[in-house]
Amino acid sequence: MSGHSCSLLFPVEDDREYSMSDYQGAQARWCPGCGDHSVLTATQRLLASEQLKPEETVFVSGIGCSSRFPHYVSSYGFHGIHGRALPVATGIKLHRPDLHVFVVMGDGDCTSIGAAHWLHATRYNVDMVALMLDNNIYGLTKMQTSPTTPEGYRSNTQPMGSFLPALNPIEATLGVTNASFVAQTAEWMPAHLYATLEAAYKHNGFSFVRILQRCPVFTGDIYQDAVRNPDMIEMLEHPDGVEVPDLHQIYQNISRHDPRNMDAARELAEKMDRIRVGVFFRDESRPRYEETRHLPLHTTDEKIGILNEELDKYAV
Amino acid sequence: MTTNSGATDTATDERRTDHEIEVIRDRMHTVEIVSDSGEGAQKCGQIFGAVSAKMGNGVWTVEIIPAEIQPPARSPAGASGNRIRIGTDEVTNWGDRTNVCVAFNEQVLVARHRLDAIDSGALLLVENMWKDHRDEDIRAEWTAAMDELQGHGYRIIEVPMEERCLTVVDDARKGKNMFALGMLAWIFDRDLDLTRDQIAHAFRKKSEEVYEKNVTLLELGYEWASENLDVRIDVPPGLEGEDMVVMNGNQAVAFGAVAAGMELAAMYPITPATSVSHQLGEIFHKFGGIVHQAEDEIAAAGVAIGASYSGKVAFTITSGPGLALKTEFLGLAIMSEIPLVVIDVQRGGPSTGLPTKVEQSDLLATMFGQPGDAPHVVMAAATIEECFHSMITARRIAETFRTVVIVLTDANLATGVQPFRRPMLDPVWMGSRPDMSPVPEGKPPYDWDEETGLSQRFIPGQPGGMHTLTGLAHDEKSRVAYASDINQKSSAMRSRKLAVLHSTLQPPKVNGADSGDLLVVGWGSTKGAIEEAVEAAREQGLSVSSLHLRFLSPLEPGLREIFQRFRKVMTVEINYSDEPNDPFITEENRRRGQLAWLLRANTLVDVDCWTRVLGEPLRPGVILDVIRSNLPKGGAA
Ligand SMILES: Cc1ncc(C[n+]2csc(CCOP(=O)(O)OP(=O)(O)O)c2C)c(N)n1
Ligand code: SF4
Ligand SMILES: [Mg+2]
Repeated sequence: MSGHSCSLLFPVEDDREYSMSDYQGAQARWCPGCGDHSVLTATQRLLASEQLKPEETVFVSGIGCSSRFPHYVSSYGFHGIHGRALPVATGIKLHRPDLHVFVVMGDGDCTSIGAAHWLHATRYNVDMVALMLDNNIYGLTKMQTSPTTPEGYRSNTQPMGSFLPALNPIEATLGVTNASFVAQTAEWMPAHLYATLEAAYKHNGFSFVRILQRCPVFTGDIYQDAVRNPDMIEMLEHPDGVEVPDLHQIYQNISRHDPRNMDAARELAEKMDRIRVGVFFRDESRPRYEETRHLPLHTTDEKIGILNEELDKYAV
Repeated sequence: MTTNSGATDTATDERRTDHEIEVIRDRMHTVEIVSDSGEGAQKCGQIFGAVSAKMGNGVWTVEIIPAEIQPPARSPAGASGNRIRIGTDEVTNWGDRTNVCVAFNEQVLVARHRLDAIDSGALLLVENMWKDHRDEDIRAEWTAAMDELQGHGYRIIEVPMEERCLTVVDDARKGKNMFALGMLAWIFDRDLDLTRDQIAHAFRKKSEEVYEKNVTLLELGYEWASENLDVRIDVPPGLEGEDMVVMNGNQAVAFGAVAAGMELAAMYPITPATSVSHQLGEIFHKFGGIVHQAEDEIAAAGVAIGASYSGKVAFTITSGPGLALKTEFLGLAIMSEIPLVVIDVQRGGPSTGLPTKVEQSDLLATMFGQPGDAPHVVMAAATIEECFHSMITARRIAETFRTVVIVLTDANLATGVQPFRRPMLDPVWMGSRPDMSPVPEGKPPYDWDEETGLSQRFIPGQPGGMHTLTGLAHDEKSRVAYASDINQKSSAMRSRKLAVLHSTLQPPKVNGADSGDLLVVGWGSTKGAIEEAVEAAREQGLSVSSLHLRFLSPLEPGLREIFQRFRKVMTVEINYSDEPNDPFITEENRRRGQLAWLLRANTLVDVDCWTRVLGEPLRPGVILDVIRSNLPKGGAA
């Protein structure tokens, strides 16, 4: 995702350099050890590296622990209602394509209450970065089963264990017509996380990134093995996706996957033997809704002229 | 085949030397065209209405919508078409009963009769192909229907529509509507050139051949009427000279949105609101505007809010069930002070209710639908013209007061077609682009003026204005804040804005004398019918006035004072209320009309009500009866 650099509304010449601290919002209040902290840091690093003007950047979120994110970034932020970040972000981008829009959602937020919007936002393919912070649980409301909770995993609402197999968000997103960027990463792999965010930002279109996120309070055990054992991870690498050579020492399961290959992407997404991180699919040629809808603005006088012509058709 | 092109009175009448023609002169006359659905009666009615408007008559057109979605042919439930009421002066409502009815079969005619939609003495023109139909059952139905129609003073004329139409088309089902239009054109002496123009407009997406065929049928009907009918109706046009436009309320909303400078409409299809987006879909792009059809009403609200938040005020259009879905988002917009305009084109409820029929039963839901204390503005358009102008007012209030403005219209306004004064477009209506100048250091995003609750909103892109907007309780810096004093204050600030708006409103004008025996209070699309009834009552010497409200939240000022000048105050509304003497009903548990409920709470005046949910607009004659039976006993005040 990248906003158009020139805005129609405010021609500002500004040569100042932004450092990471310029994107520091309120003090983050997530639990110690919460994976959300690391996503915040990687994101702020990206903002600084891309020198995004804080006033031209908007973080939109829903409700949940993860949705507190915008408060902790010094930019425009929109902390809305549960599950509905994507429509708001779509509205912003339709009206103001010049802005850089990031969406932050939880797994409940995105794949449960907001599932319809997730599907449709993927299809609209509006240029924005959508981060789904997946801790496999409802964090804010204290440990209720989410669609991504592993089968059999106990929660307060399903104390005998989750009844159904977990929903696979990558598979689901890949199944949506007009998906253009589908990636997965893990917050405990900061270098990979950063590289994925960067690729998502640079992609023109709707960049969906599922970030595996530890919640030490409610699901501390779920990703524990994967964190400790790099063998459980497989990195999908490609110049057109992400490549993180620095991590090759630790993560030795590396496979080359061309993100243009949808069939391969779907096959990889279905496999449950390892956790795969990287860009599953990317195609920048897909139509973007806001672009197909983009129209030139008119002056008030022009509009009045056109409106009078239209009213003539109804004149008595 | 025909020579009657100009259709001036004298020319046509002189040609008819073979029979006497009675001319009925009337200042107001009602016509209906009914058929099975799919036979084009609506198109006929619309063209007749448009031509009449162009000739300088006041016009009100409403659709007659079948009671069932796919009714069998020739069934009373399938009656579909238009009612067109034309007048010398402005026509403000659909009236009581029709004076002329063209029916494509006797069953739909009987349907109208059973609904008490036909005036005694009415001229009924009915297709006669059923009378001698080869199907015995149909012949029997015809006979039974004719028996049923006897004895009501109707003037029934059998017309060989099918037979005549088959002389020029293969499938008469596709042509009778233009034949009917031709008959009406002769009866009401409509200008045939104008009629042809209107036909061309109505079929502009079809081929030249279709147009030609329709014009031939029009002329055929005209000729048949001139040779066979002995009555013509003269409703002299009285509105010439004024610059008018003619459209329905949904079209007026669409044009109003453009005139108000709005650039994004988000919606999800729902009857009867949808056609606003059809109209916008045809024109909005010419102004750089976007109609976004969202995945559902929730998303539509979200997209509109996102757009509003980042620039010019956007709007969303819906009807009852969709409004219910938007509730949470409206609460967010109110809480975080994002301007937003919402149009609720009311239909019958609750639930899916009566999707195509008029009702005024969303008032309290629009006012109190959001959980939590959520002060916002609710307005109601009373006429089709006001559907246009409400959009301009709503946009301006939303922007100035940083709040949600819900505009109520209804199925009656949405589908009614009426000419109104052409708006003299004003650049000011469109508003200006948001102020994007840098925010002075230290200025918070909710810099509430303690007295008014007003503050300037910061828009993404505005340097120095960065903050995170939230639906959580927040302080003036938009920081999440649960402290009791902050919540008390921010609630006060959001509520105060409505008081400020209230202080700028004028007390409503009483229609009729300023004091008297009875004051009828209404809101929304019932204005025309109520005022017509009140006028009739006053002509009968009754001491009745009426008051029509546009602002429901905040309510218009001075109501208590006005109410106190009348011996009795009552609302007339299209929603459900219990009758005082219904079983189990007491003063304490009586469900009242929704406006009555509001007025009682706000004025402490014992406001009574009369309401009906018949799925049709109120009839002025019925309201007149209500007025008569509600006049307080015991002489004038
Ligand atoms: C309409 C609505 N329903 C329910 C809630 C309560 N609620 C708040 S957050 C949440 C789930 C949070 O889980 P998730 O989206 O996974 O985010 P996390 O806290 O795990 O980051 C729920 C159910 C709400 N705020 N609004
Ligand atoms: S509850 Fe879990 S997800 Fe929420 S802040 Fe704490 S660690 Fe993070
Ligand atoms: Mg979660």
